[in-house]
Amino acid sequence: MSAIATKYEVVVGLEVHAQVLTQSKMFCGCSTDYLTAPPNANTCPVCLGLPGSLPVINRRAVEATIRTALALNCEIPEFSKFDRKNYFYPDLPKGYQISQYDLPFSRRGHLDFDVRGAPCRCGITRVHLEEDTGKLLHEGAIHEAQSSLVNFNRSGVPLMEIVSEPDLRSADEAREYVMRLRAILQYIGVNNGDMESGQLRCDANVSLRPAGSSELGTKVEVKNMNSFRAIHRAIEYEVVRQTEVLDSGGRLTQETRGWNDARGLTVSQRTKEFAEDYRYFPEPDLPPLDVSRHWVEEIRAGLPELPAARRERFVAAYGLTPYDASLLTSTRPMAEFFEETVRLGGPAKASANWILGDFSRLLNADHKEIQESSIKPTHLQQLLHLVETGGLSGKMAKQTFDAMYHAPDPAPALAEAKGSSQISGDAELAGLVDQVIAENAKSVADFKAGKEQALKFLIGQAMKLSRGRANPQRLDALLREKIV
Amino acid sequence: MKLFHRTIRDLHQMLRDREISSVELTQSVLDQIQAVGDRTKAYLLVTKELALRQAHAADERLRSKRDVRPLTGIPIALKDVLCVKEVASTAGSKILKGFTPPYSATVVERLEAEGAVFLGKTNCDEFAMGSSNENSGYWPVHNPWGLDRVPGGSSGGSAAAVASGEAIAALGSDTGGSIRQPAALTGIVGLKPTYGRVSRYGLIAFASSLDQIGPMTRDVVDSALLLQAIAGHDPRDSTSSPKPVPDYLATLGDGVKGMRLGVPKEYFVAGMEPAVEQSIRDAIRLLEQQGASIEEVSLPHSDVALPAYYIIAPAEASSNLARYDGVRYGYQAEGARNLIEEYMLTRQQGFGAEVKRRIMLGTYALSSGYYDAYYLQAQKVRTLIIDDFKRAFTKVDALLGATSPTVAFPLGAKTQDPVAMYLNDIITIPANLGNVCAISVPCGLADGLPVGLQVIAPGFREDLALRIAFAFEAATEFHKAQSPLMGAAA
Repeated sequence: MSAIATKYEVVVGLEVHAQVLTQSKMFCGCSTDYLTAPPNANTCPVCLGLPGSLPVINRRAVEATIRTALALNCEIPEFSKFDRKNYFYPDLPKGYQISQYDLPFSRRGHLDFDVRGAPCRCGITRVHLEEDTGKLLHEGAIHEAQSSLVNFNRSGVPLMEIVSEPDLRSADEAREYVMRLRAILQYIGVNNGDMESGQLRCDANVSLRPAGSSELGTKVEVKNMNSFRAIHRAIEYEVVRQTEVLDSGGRLTQETRGWNDARGLTVSQRTKEFAEDYRYFPEPDLPPLDVSRHWVEEIRAGLPELPAARRERFVAAYGLTPYDASLLTSTRPMAEFFEETVRLGGPAKASANWILGDFSRLLNADHKEIQESSIKPTHLQQLLHLVETGGLSGKMAKQTFDAMYHAPDPAPALAEAKGSSQISGDAELAGLVDQVIAENAKSVADFKAGKEQALKFLIGQAMKLSRGRANPQRLDALLREKIV
Repeated sequence: MKLFHRTIRDLHQMLRDREISSVELTQSVLDQIQAVGDRTKAYLLVTKELALRQAHAADERLRSKRDVRPLTGIPIALKDVLCVKEVASTAGSKILKGFTPPYSATVVERLEAEGAVFLGKTNCDEFAMGSSNENSGYWPVHNPWGLDRVPGGSSGGSAAAVASGEAIAALGSDTGGSIRQPAALTGIVGLKPTYGRVSRYGLIAFASSLDQIGPMTRDVVDSALLLQAIAGHDPRDSTSSPKPVPDYLATLGDGVKGMRLGVPKEYFVAGMEPAVEQSIRDAIRLLEQQGASIEEVSLPHSDVALPAYYIIAPAEASSNLARYDGVRYGYQAEGARNLIEEYMLTRQQGFGAEVKRRIMLGTYALSSGYYDAYYLQAQKVRTLIIDDFKRAFTKVDALLGATSPTVAFPLGAKTQDPVAMYLNDIITIPANLGNVCAISVPCGLADGLPVGLQVIAPGFREDLALRIAFAFEAATEFHKAQSPLMGAAA
């Protein structure tokens, strides 16, 4: 890669589509639940584009878009409007998509992130709002299918498009950018970050240019990347492919290519030599919007602590490394898990290590998010306490965590660990008992005189010496044996 | 006089007094449809069973004196561009053949709430594109005043139905004159409300920024009554205005005394028939005699209204009509081998020539590289026309002119010349582009065919337009003239 990097500069811009978490669709009252509802159950004349139906703007979706734009440091113009993007496709029931063309809700922002500790900034061109399409289901492979079905449950679901400037210079930067962006969207509660189900989708515009040049090369749009890994691999693949074309004296064509994850390569989908003409024009069914400054400030005031701020706070307050803090704040649930564990008494450094180490490893293997695990902060904190108090070896702790993770309820595994860390063996306890008897002659005498209370005191002393690990029942028995 | 000859107001009184029942009234109108329907061809669908069912329900309401409204029990025809739940609604197009919407337009719901009776869906130019009704995807409509003549368009079926006694009143839609011009050509009253006054929800769209639904009636009182029932804000139409709706009847009889009425010199266009011009001049003099002061005004951009309209309306239409692709409802061509072919065959076979012409015009006007020169330029012209009206209305209260430069022309006379056909709307189009309201009221006959006087009032001043039209009507007998088809039955 480094040899290539010296010859050509990689230029990447990303277009991220994020479904807005609203109860109802963008322009009608239908539910946005399209994943679990039966096909076409959540539809109405508006989202089916029936003749005569008219759209009505969902204010919450607009609010979420402005919220996102503010979190990305964008300007919010006072005047905005919707436009029609015209094209024919069976998943597009009106023959046009209501989108935003020249006056989006926001423009000119930026997103800060870092790649292995080095700070990066990527410009945000715009964040705009549009409606999602329906979904086609083909009978077999698309080119051979004898019939296709359309499910319009997704039609009209609000979709934000977040367009970056071509500021990214490597697959690493692109991946980090999307990770950070995803975290922000989750933090501010506008998107669930699910890439696999397509609720967060990413297209990349990739081009190369001779190092030192300021002109942009021919760009290739890469689609169908539904994981961070896919984004990284697809861009790396494109860089190598485009380098080979250029090195062999060839010319690149402006085209759209699809990432095939299984085969690990991009495949040409359509060339853009004949640029598609979407015939944008202002949506006459929706009056333009005045975005009041008061409303914008209200939305700004409601923004939660964003990942960058939280990361700095983690470094300052908990003494974490910037790298660990960065990882911990990459998702809001993970950051909250960490803070809750610490609040319950877990040591910060150890909590971070466990979350980023074993816990993340297990979650990744299962493609699960931290909030989906049965392990809650209290469980981790209790486990850490057992380790800290010395009763549980590192090896035992790992085994316990593994058991906790795989059980639907972590409590039994935790209890077992507590049990196993108890000193019950008479041989080990004998020494403790001898020491207590030797050091507390008065109490021993009292007990002999019939004061039951004195025995309780002696057991307490033994527990203290064992740092809570001795089995109190066995202590009781041994003390009675030895004193009498 | 038969029941179908009467006005809404008369019939309402008779229904209230239990002199007649809505079923009798409805049957009278249905009989007239039976008698003359195959000569006018005004209806695409007569909903006889629905009408009688609604008439029975209205009679129940009238009997129990429960929630009796001015339209309770009144038989009304609906232009086919209006969606009625479970009733075939095709916008006069073959591409929507067999389409029965699962919902009703807001205006339809409002009329239902009033207890009105729906006679059926009236014929119209396909997707409301036309000025003669000859662009219907099904069959042309014949003018009850002369069956070899066009009734005007696009709401020709509604106009012919009201003029022939096949409906007491009707709803039409007006994008560039489609209510007023056929009203003028069939001797009835047609009102185009201000854009935003009446909800468009459920109106099959032609040009979204211009379409308005409005009443087509026997006289001005009926026009006010019907507008009262359908006007007002609708949360389902974001372009509908929240402005309160005034009581139109309250000011109807206030007269024109002291009013300043302007006559735009540009509205006496080249090609206007002398007999039409004479009728209009006479009508203006009559209003002057009623106490209005008349002055000539200028709307300097009137000559570019037509070209601007033929950019904006087709541009919006090209997008609005994209949904008719055969995938989900309506007509689907057979024999297509792939998706693109299915789109092309369906639209080739489903749309008529005029609709295709406008889709092509609009697609071209919106294309990249042409957008600025056409669509954007036309929008700028629209602003100039809006300003023309604003300026005129600082000097005068309302404007007067002809509705159509000609009387009803023979069927087939202009079908070969689209531009000659477009010129029919030259004096009606500015009101749509200018966000004002306008009414056409009968003002005489020329060679036995009706002429309409157009009264244009500022935006949301339907009260004013109605008041001036009523003052004219009250002083004349023109609105009482009956078409031969209607009169024959008397």
